[in-house]
Amino acid sequence: MSINRKELTEITNLAKLDLNTQQTEEVCQSLNQITALVERIKKADTAQVEPMFHPCDFWMPLRLDEVTEDSHKAQLLALAAHADGDFYLVPKVIE
Amino acid sequence: MINLSLRELQQCLHKKQISVAELASVYLDRCHQYNPILNALVHIDADIKPDYLLAAQVSQGPLAGIPIIHKDLFSTQGVTTTAGSKMLANYVPPFNATVVSQLNQAGMVQLAKANMDEFAMGSSNEYSAFGAVKNPWDLQRVPGGSSGGSAAAVAARLAPVATASDTGGSIRQPAALCGVTGIKPSYGRVSRYGMVAFASSLDQGGVMAVSADDCALVLTAMMGHDAKDSTSIAADKWTWQAPEDASMKGLKVGVIPDWLEQLEDQDIKQSTLAALDTLVAQGAELVDVDLPHADLAVAAYYILAPAEASANLARFDGIRFGQQSDGKSDDVNDMYRKNRSAGFGAEVQRRIMLGTWALSSGYYDDYYCRAQRIRRLISEDFKQAFSQVDVMAVPVSPEVAFKHGTKSDGVSMYQADQFTIPASLAGLPCLSMPIQPARNLPVGLQLIGPYFNEQVILTTAAKYQLVTDYHQHMPEAFL
Repeated sequence: MSINRKELTEITNLAKLDLNTQQTEEVCQSLNQITALVERIKKADTAQVEPMFHPCDFWMPLRLDEVTEDSHKAQLLALAAHADGDFYLVPKVIE
Repeated sequence: MINLSLRELQQCLHKKQISVAELASVYLDRCHQYNPILNALVHIDADIKPDYLLAAQVSQGPLAGIPIIHKDLFSTQGVTTTAGSKMLANYVPPFNATVVSQLNQAGMVQLAKANMDEFAMGSSNEYSAFGAVKNPWDLQRVPGGSSGGSAAAVAARLAPVATASDTGGSIRQPAALCGVTGIKPSYGRVSRYGMVAFASSLDQGGVMAVSADDCALVLTAMMGHDAKDSTSIAADKWTWQAPEDASMKGLKVGVIPDWLEQLEDQDIKQSTLAALDTLVAQGAELVDVDLPHADLAVAAYYILAPAEASANLARFDGIRFGQQSDGKSDDVNDMYRKNRSAGFGAEVQRRIMLGTWALSSGYYDDYYCRAQRIRRLISEDFKQAFSQVDVMAVPVSPEVAFKHGTKSDGVSMYQADQFTIPASLAGLPCLSMPIQPARNLPVGLQLIGPYFNEQVILTTAAKYQLVTDYHQHMPEAFL
C-alpha cells in the first residue's frame, strides 16, 4: 500500500492541513515509509478475532446525567483569539 | 539534601530540620541554575506560591511539602500548559488536571512544568516546539521521550519527583535513558481528566522518581476513580508498604528469550542479563515465556495511536483556544488549515495525516480494525504469559541515549519502541528501573505486571533497589 500525491491532497483536506509542493513530496515519502512498516499487521490471521478497541474490556462506571461543573464562560472566552460578548468570532461560514 | 529519598525528606520536614519553603528553594534554585543547560523545563515558578505552603501545612500525608515538577500536558490552573506545542503556547487552563489537584491536596509543592515532545509524540524530545531537552548524562544526547523533560529533571535532581505520561513508552524509555525509575500504571488506574489527549485508549499518567519506593508513594496519591473520567476504574485502591527484605523467594519472573536475542547492543544485553542474575540471586525463579504476536505491536500501534490522535487533535482549530495564524482567511476552512498548519509541528502533522488515512473510507477495515484485532491477540498473549508467572522482566530500549539529530526518519525512531508498545496496547502496568550502565550511560530494565497489579512490579523493583545502587547514581555535572 502506498499513498500518492492525489490521496495525500484528500488526506490534508480531511485533516485541515496545508502542505506546499516541497512538503507534499517529503510527506508522501515519509508516510510511505510508515505504511510499509504497518503493512506487517497483515501477516497475522485475524479473521476470527474480535477487535479490542479499549483496554477496559469490561463494565465502566456510570454517572448521573447532570451538570456538575461551574460555569467558566468568562475564562474560556478569554482564551479565544477573537471573541465578542458571548460569541467566538470566525470568518463567514454561510454565504 | 538532593540525595535523600522522599521518606528521608519527609523526616527532615517533620523534625523541622528544614522548612517546606527552604526545601522548595533548594530545588527551585537548581531549576534556575541548570535549566539553561538542560532545557528540561518550559516554565519555572518565580517563587513558591503561598497556597502550596498552606496545603503542605494542612496535609499530614507522606508527601506534604515534597517538591514536584509536572509534565507540561497536565493542566495547571493559571499556569501555561503547552503540551510542547506552539499551538498551545499561550494556553492558560482555568482548571487543574485531577492528578494535579490530588497532588496539591496531598501537600506537594509544584515548582515547574517539564518540556516534552509535542503532544507526547516522540521518543527523543527533539519534537518540542520549545527546543530539545538534553540528557544530563551527556548533553550531546537525547533524554528519550516524550517525557524527556521529566526524566532529565529528576536525573539532575531539579525535583525529587515528576509527573509524566506514557502512550507507547513515554515514561519507561526516557526513564531508562536518564537513569531514573518511572512507572506507567494500568490503563484506568489514574484519571486522565485535564491531561492533554494524544491517544485516549492508550494514554496514562504516571510518575518518575529516583526509586520505586518514591514512585509508589506518589502513585498512591494519584490513583483512583474520578467522576470526571469515565475510563478511570473504580477498583480497590491498594496501600503501599515498602518491602523490608530483598528476598524474592517464590516469585516467578517471566523472561522472553527472543527479546534478549534481539538486543544488538552487547553492553545492554550484558546489563540486562546481569540484572536477571541479581533477581535470581534474590530468590526469584526465571521462567521463559513467549508473546507470539508482539512482533506486530509496533505496526499496530502506529495505526491505532495516530488514528486516535487525528480525532483528538481535531479540536485544535484556533477558534476557542490555541494558535491563530496571522494570515487573513477567506473562509472558515481556510482558517482551520492556516491555524493548524502554523500551530502543529511536522511530526504531529505527519501523525494526524497517518491517522486520517487509517480511518478513511476503504482503509478502516484493512488497517484500523485489523490493528485492533492484533491488539486483542497481544493482550491474550499476555494473559497466557501471566498464567505462568507473577511478573515479566524485559528490556526497555534496544539502545542507550543516542546523539541529537542522528535519527532523521520517523520509522527508525518508531521501531525503537518495540519493547514498550506491547504492554501499552494491553493496558498493563509497567515500569523501568535503572540497572548496570552501558558505556557510562544509563540502561533500564522493564517490569510488567498483570492488569491492575502495580504492587508486584513496584515491590520487585524496590527489592532489587535494596541490593543495588544504580538508581542512586547521579550525573557528575549535577552533583
